[in-house]
Amino acid sequence: MQTTFPRLMLDHAKQRPTAPALREKVYGIWQTTTWAELALLVRRIACGLHEAGMGRDDHVVVVGENRPRLYATMLAVQSLGAVPVPLYQDAATTEYVFPINNAEVRFAIVEDQEQVDKMIEVRESCPQLERLWYDDPRGLRNYSEPGLAALDALIDAGQAFDATHPGFFDAEVAKAQPQDVAAMFFTSGTTGNPKGVVHTHFTLLDRAGAGARFDKLGNTEEVLAYLPPAWIGQNIFSYAQWLACGYVVNCPESAETVTIDLKEIGPTYYFAPPRVFEGLLTSVMIRMEDAGSVKKWLFHTFMDVARRVGPALMDGKTVGAGDRLLYALGDKFVYGPLRNTLGFSRVRVAYTAGEAIGPDLFTFYRSIGINLKQLYGSTETAVFVCLQPDNEVKADTVGVPIEGVQIRVAENGEVMVKSAGLLKEYYKNPAATAEVLDADGWYHTGDAGFLDAGGHLKIIDRAKDVGRIIGGASDGAMFAPKYVENKLKFFPFIKEAVAFGDQREKVCAFVNIDFEAVGNWAEKRNLPYAGYTDLAAKPEVLELVRECVEKVNADLSADAMLAGSQISRFLVLHKELDADDGELTRTRKVRRGYIGEKYAVLVDALYGGRKEQFIETAVKFEDGRSGSVSATITIIDAKTYPVMKKAA
Amino acid sequence: MAERKIGDVILEVKNISLRFGGVKALTDISFDVREHEVRAIIGPNGAGKSSMLNCINGVYAPQEGSITFRGQTFSNMNSRQVAEMGFARTFQNLALFKGMSVLDNIMTGRNLRMKTNIFQQAIRWGAAEREETEQREFVEKIIDFLEIQAHRKTPVGRLPYGLQKRVDLGRALAMEPKVLLLDEPMAGMNVEEKQDMSRFILDVNDEFGTTIVLIEHDMSVVMDLSDRVVVLDYGKKIGDGTPDEVRANPDVISAYLGTSH
Repeated sequence: MQTTFPRLMLDHAKQRPTAPALREKVYGIWQTTTWAELALLVRRIACGLHEAGMGRDDHVVVVGENRPRLYATMLAVQSLGAVPVPLYQDAATTEYVFPINNAEVRFAIVEDQEQVDKMIEVRESCPQLERLWYDDPRGLRNYSEPGLAALDALIDAGQAFDATHPGFFDAEVAKAQPQDVAAMFFTSGTTGNPKGVVHTHFTLLDRAGAGARFDKLGNTEEVLAYLPPAWIGQNIFSYAQWLACGYVVNCPESAETVTIDLKEIGPTYYFAPPRVFEGLLTSVMIRMEDAGSVKKWLFHTFMDVARRVGPALMDGKTVGAGDRLLYALGDKFVYGPLRNTLGFSRVRVAYTAGEAIGPDLFTFYRSIGINLKQLYGSTETAVFVCLQPDNEVKADTVGVPIEGVQIRVAENGEVMVKSAGLLKEYYKNPAATAEVLDADGWYHTGDAGFLDAGGHLKIIDRAKDVGRIIGGASDGAMFAPKYVENKLKFFPFIKEAVAFGDQREKVCAFVNIDFEAVGNWAEKRNLPYAGYTDLAAKPEVLELVRECVEKVNADLSADAMLAGSQISRFLVLHKELDADDGELTRTRKVRRGYIGEKYAVLVDALYGGRKEQFIETAVKFEDGRSGSVSATITIIDAKTYPVMKKAA
Repeated sequence: MAERKIGDVILEVKNISLRFGGVKALTDISFDVREHEVRAIIGPNGAGKSSMLNCINGVYAPQEGSITFRGQTFSNMNSRQVAEMGFARTFQNLALFKGMSVLDNIMTGRNLRMKTNIFQQAIRWGAAEREETEQREFVEKIIDFLEIQAHRKTPVGRLPYGLQKRVDLGRALAMEPKVLLLDEPMAGMNVEEKQDMSRFILDVNDEFGTTIVLIEHDMSVVMDLSDRVVVLDYGKKIGDGTPDEVRANPDVISAYLGTSH
């Protein structure tokens, strides 16, 4: 697509000025911004930013939830040839310092007081941060910080400037070329400093367009934007594809109202990481537990039908007339109302990505008639690499390479990608760029995987994490920690898992129970508990987890490649792994190395054959205070299974 | 951070004594409240804090003394008259309508602002409908302010305690009070809820310029929130001043910590 984001926006404003571009729920009522209104807003913000001294190629930080005026700000920044750098709104202050200094950011536009407070603190380490604007003035009236102003003031200034320089904005937009840098996304980074992934208008729009054509997206789609805009997934779905297709993006009232807003909007195109689908399913199941017996019976009976018939129907296979009738009845009584309750009545295409999704979870949504599919991609590839076509959906693959993508698997099993949507570079980091982008233009994904017989890509783990078992019974076997952890996490009782085993004689694991699910389970058994730490140490709970671990082992033993990854010993951690304690990334991926070091005594206890181990851990609370939790953790041995060898 | 503008004295309590039969609840209490300030009344259990608030609120009529609000002295006024003068309050033990939604509960706070009568409202046509729309808009602003959008339509009885307290505050705010009386706004809350509530109280004071009189026995909360503090013990005033002054006052220390004899 030979265009830029601001030009696309202006095209929509010209062709369909009164069509809705954005909606936001304000004071309980959905308010629409049309394309024409958006264009005017962008024009004013851009003029205001210009007057404030923003130049071409300047980097501008944008921090906040999905808010129409922040979207307009990103467009305004791009209109001036400057580069928006969205950062995670829930990050701690210290996490902003590196990106802001790395990108030499002088301007920041943030959502509200919370973000302003953080930016003011950041300024101590980033003196070049000159100007700061906020969207929501609440609580900020009496701030006298130099350089701080309301976005409203910027818009007013821009309006005045625009009145005296009417041709300025259009001339600026015309200057921008598709090959110019459009945005920079900082990857969360499991180790070291985050890296700024540089994308051009062309790379982002090429992929946005390819994805849209793959699923035949049009300008009538409705999307709910509720994930962090700093994450490229949300940015592609509610910004790049929004402008490429011209559909409507809806911004929820607040983070707590997302489920209500979802129901009200009824999106047609939906995207969520597996944990969101999991959360929704858990809430349904908990509510079903409390339902009357007739409802419960209906639900369970028809869910059995759905599991049997639904996926086949979804895949377009032929199904017997009796089953079809049963499914139709189920749709009337259960699936339809359930889809409605979840806000999925109108979903035509739903995607999940970012993490592996459990087969049961995945099948649940497909069986009740939601076209949930998986995709594969990353920040560096502008998301769209592989997608699952409508009738070829499998739980354990991520789909086929789409238009414009070439895939090759290197000898070490690493997946390599070539497409027009690859990153331009890592900002000011040629060494890192050279590491992932080779001279022939192949991007090294760092993921280990292979293409199956049907041409679908299957991802096993991060290539660098795939290790070897050394010594012991399964000497030399492949160890894929993520694969093992995911299998554990597919159990509703297990929230997080961390597997160790590379260069060791056996595999051991840490487990975090799901407080909600296990708490419920315990209440039903009249098992009293005082809190997470207490619940996690109950012998009954340990037994429950042991059953899960042994099921995983049985499952792994069926796969000759991965049978050596069976878990011999495990323990249930005394605290929940938390991003605030540095144990998870902001996208909730476990930082295995860091956890291994932090809990070295526990790892030693696992491998040293000890029965229990005392540990005390410092924790950081959300309000910034810190404290500590301590516990004596019991270590459990799990049964492993012999490899099921195929007959020679 | 900026300085807030604290104005002149708007509420003056002079030599108040309140007796229930032979029990002296309050003896000769005097203090003043300035515009826009956060004024706390503290004291151990049974010190007479709630009685003091009830006097200002018009629930109790003190036998002696006077209360002057903006030059207007009131004695023997009932709660409705006091409310019409611009006072609103929250309750220590939450007097919310448990079966009604958050929205409806806060809407009741707009009652004094409604001009149409019950029959017009029952038909909900013309003036009554316009009025409801206007009032609803104001209520929505409060819901937004207190960040309870997700619970707009939830019956209050189903909400956790901390949120119910927030709804109680919302209903008081719906009256657009000049003076907000808070009776133990943090009672029974956990640390996080207390922090949220403190933030809302400061935001109300800052955003709407509302003068706030609050009763609290959690000292740490009071010291962080208030501009000036009155300390009561056994119905008598034993201290009055800024948090630092009060903290250093030997009478206050002995009332709270006991004295060694």
